[in-house]
Amino acid sequence: MINAVPPAAIFIIGAFLIPLFRGRLKSAFLLALPVIGFINLLSIPHGMHWNFHFLDYTITFLRVDRLSLVFAYIFHIVSFISILYALHVKDDLQHLAAVLYSGSALGVIFAGDLLSLFIFWEIMAVTATYIIWARKTEASHSAGLRYFLVHIFGGLCLLAGIVINTVETGSIGFGYMGLNGLGTYLIFLGFGVNCAWPGLHAWLTDAYPESTITGTVFLSAFTTKCAVYALARGFPGTELLIWIGAIMTTFPIFYAVIENDLRRVLSYSLINQIGFMVVGIGIGTELAINGATAHAFADILFKGLLFMAMGAVMQQTGKINATDLGGLYKTMPLTCIFCIVGAASISAFPLFSAFATKSMVMEAVAHDHRAIVWFMLLFASAGVFHHAGIKIPFFAFFSHDSGIRAKDPPLNMLLAMGIAAFLCIFIGTVPGVLYNVLPYPVDYQPYTAPHVMAQLQLLFFSALAFTLLILSGIYPAEMRAINLDIDLIYRKFARGFLWFCAKPLTQLRTAFQNFSSGAIGALAKFATDPLIVPETIFKGVQLGVLKALRNSADETTPKIAALEFEINRLIKMRETGRYYGTEVPRRPVGLAVLVSFVMIFFYLIVYMIV
Amino acid sequence: MKKEKKYIFDKPENVQKLLKAFWITLVALLVIDFFIVKHPYFAWEEWPEFYAVYGFVACVCLVLASKYLLRPVVKRKEDYYD
Repeated sequence: MINAVPPAAIFIIGAFLIPLFRGRLKSAFLLALPVIGFINLLSIPHGMHWNFHFLDYTITFLRVDRLSLVFAYIFHIVSFISILYALHVKDDLQHLAAVLYSGSALGVIFAGDLLSLFIFWEIMAVTATYIIWARKTEASHSAGLRYFLVHIFGGLCLLAGIVINTVETGSIGFGYMGLNGLGTYLIFLGFGVNCAWPGLHAWLTDAYPESTITGTVFLSAFTTKCAVYALARGFPGTELLIWIGAIMTTFPIFYAVIENDLRRVLSYSLINQIGFMVVGIGIGTELAINGATAHAFADILFKGLLFMAMGAVMQQTGKINATDLGGLYKTMPLTCIFCIVGAASISAFPLFSAFATKSMVMEAVAHDHRAIVWFMLLFASAGVFHHAGIKIPFFAFFSHDSGIRAKDPPLNMLLAMGIAAFLCIFIGTVPGVLYNVLPYPVDYQPYTAPHVMAQLQLLFFSALAFTLLILSGIYPAEMRAINLDIDLIYRKFARGFLWFCAKPLTQLRTAFQNFSSGAIGALAKFATDPLIVPETIFKGVQLGVLKALRNSADETTPKIAALEFEINRLIKMRETGRYYGTEVPRRPVGLAVLVSFVMIFFYLIVYMIV
Repeated sequence: MKKEKKYIFDKPENVQKLLKAFWITLVALLVIDFFIVKHPYFAWEEWPEFYAVYGFVACVCLVLASKYLLRPVVKRKEDYYD
């Protein structure tokens, strides 16, 4: 056992201590958590620590290697930035949920086995749901509920996969799996839900823009990047991921162009950026995995920065739709500059972070001679500049003057954005520092003349397209409208499903219930004296024979009279339901025995046939 | 009536200056491209001005497809789900 504790423990225990502090002390305590966590992190040697035996399996809370460390570094950095950004929030529960959420993300990163991975995975889903609900609007409430349901689905896929995989392999360890067998496919799908794969992505663009201003910054960093980590750990080199990732990079940018809510534009571009990482994991070479992790590192910073800038705009103006904003550079100059740094970083301008990270994925794709994927990614690179690089700053801070004269946000928010902006430029200008902590040794040089030239041409001529389209009026005007996405299936069609359950299905059930209860009633009545029917029939036949044998139609023998009396009595008994009396002997078989016989009879038939 | 402070892009000449700088940069990029020695993976990377043309065409296609294909299909009123 080593001296260091699992980083998740510092955050999770720390989270519950937050309500004990007041005022400045609370702020200091919140900021201290990631700092203490980071110092602790530096003291952990590589290897498997904090192992426990549970049933026949080994639970490992702290698997430290280069892959988990690079994610742990950025998670600590971004939790510090996000906590700083959220420091003015006077709601302990929001802080608690956010710190718990960050802590469980660290738990996922360091989990050496699938069981603890699953537990932290689910804590993330629950805390993230609370972070969405914290906005306390009707929209956030329903979006949070949908978020939760989708993640329950993903979690159950994951759990089922883990159980099947553990039974098949006999091990609960979390390492390279690859796609073989049902269990791994289900785990793959569970990761895919959190990774916002095409078709499984709608929770992200649905819920993130509905969360609080500070909450969205946390959300944008952890859930999807944990999934990227899990895929890089379990499924590197899976061919399917290349195509999933390539589609992820392309389809969201079309939505981003016509979307009005700027935080939703960023949510679409988040999917687009994760696509690059997923492609890198799919290719699976050392360069590609390095590219995927480096881009995850950079993305957390610039996407956080962009969400912070838009959050600042939203807090100061109360608006987030492009139709309501514009001209804010006049009174929010600092936020504007930070936003432009984030925009330049996500667009991969030379000297900004993505230039040094996304290009590794592009290089890996080219190295693998995958021309179609390469063209898709290049299209996405031009597109991301278009919708995130230009559209976000242009519509918020420039464009037509909305007349809003809001000021820059409070100091803590500016500082958080400043740190993120600094790191974006730092990674872009001194990429070697990041390259040193990547999973594999890096032999890649981003700053070559052809690369810089190619990127500048791509970006500037994308900008030319934007400029010409704006000047000519062809660029689609922002509209107060929403755009349907795949969540239509569970938001609208689910109502149809509910109607189907409530109306036709319920009517069918009622009809069946009436029929079966009627049948049981008749059966019960019959069972109280099952012999009455054959007895009546027998006596009827007897009477018929006697009547046929007599000499004349009017002749009545005492025997016939007795039989007629007996039959009338039996019929009357059936009609009135009175079976037992002083004059009638009791001879019921009982319903249970009858039903048992019927069941055994059917069982016999089934048995004989099968 | 109190006159509001004039900001940098309130003056049309500043916008014109910015656009002018932009046009000059574009031309410069096209010219410099001929003097760069390339180490391509794919043959088309060697074509002159490949990235400029691709970037421009990609963005025009992106905007036109979004405006004329995607928006008519998916656009709904803001209260569609309420």
